[in-house]
Amino acid sequence: MTLEEVKRILECEVITGEDRLGMEIKTGCGCDMMSDVLAFIKADSLLLTGLANRQAVRTAQVADIRAIVFVRGKRPDPETIALANEMQLPILVTKLLLYEACGRLYANGLPGCGGN
Amino acid sequence: MGEGPFCREFEVLSGDFYNAGRVSTDIKEILRQIGIAAPTVRRVAIAAYEAEMNVVMYARRGKVRLEVSPDLVRLVVRDEGPGIENIELAMQEGYSTASEEMREMGFGAGMGLPNIRKNSDRFAIRSEVGVGTELEIEVKVPSAEC
Repeated sequence: MTLEEVKRILECEVITGEDRLGMEIKTGCGCDMMSDVLAFIKADSLLLTGLANRQAVRTAQVADIRAIVFVRGKRPDPETIALANEMQLPILVTKLLLYEACGRLYANGLPGCGGN
Repeated sequence: MGEGPFCREFEVLSGDFYNAGRVSTDIKEILRQIGIAAPTVRRVAIAAYEAEMNVVMYARRGKVRLEVSPDLVRLVVRDEGPGIENIELAMQEGYSTASEEMREMGFGAGMGLPNIRKNSDRFAIRSEVGVGTELEIEVKVPSAEC
């Protein structure tokens, strides 16, 4: 699934990475605890989280996460946006809650990070 | 890569949530530039990030030493801090002594040390209560990566 499709399905606003929406996402992971993200997420995944801070961006950079969707309408502060721009990390925001955002993507064919 | 291990040392400051993760992303970039393959770089980066966050959250200060040889990446993380009273308990998934502030930052799931062990080929931890903690983390570099 491309990030452009994610944007459409989740009715997102694009905060950073407007020029990178063609990128392909292989899997998705929904989580607010960054250590759980680091434990379970696969490389090249999309992270959906309500934790709209610098640690989410750092976690994405460390774990080869391709893009972040902040759920529940959480908007990152300017410092977090600046870090995401520096890391060339696309950030999108949806008003959907985490459960529904993950459910919509799963129903449209984006698998999760469980299993091997 | 040339002869002898590549070494570099980084400082980590307690409570510096603004810069937390910078050392790990610097280490990741160094390993990438050396030419180590992405899956190995990712394992080191995740272990380094968890260790760095532990120093930021719990210790007074700490140092991360990075050593890279053709077949091995080694991290030694030493901190001055409260130490860990019960290492066996701290190694259990889900066990956490994180404060509310740490949880608001997205940490405190009790996965830090288990994540470090999971991403290491060799992991050793020594701690003295009231003095500090030392982690040794080794990740093998598969042949022909570097």
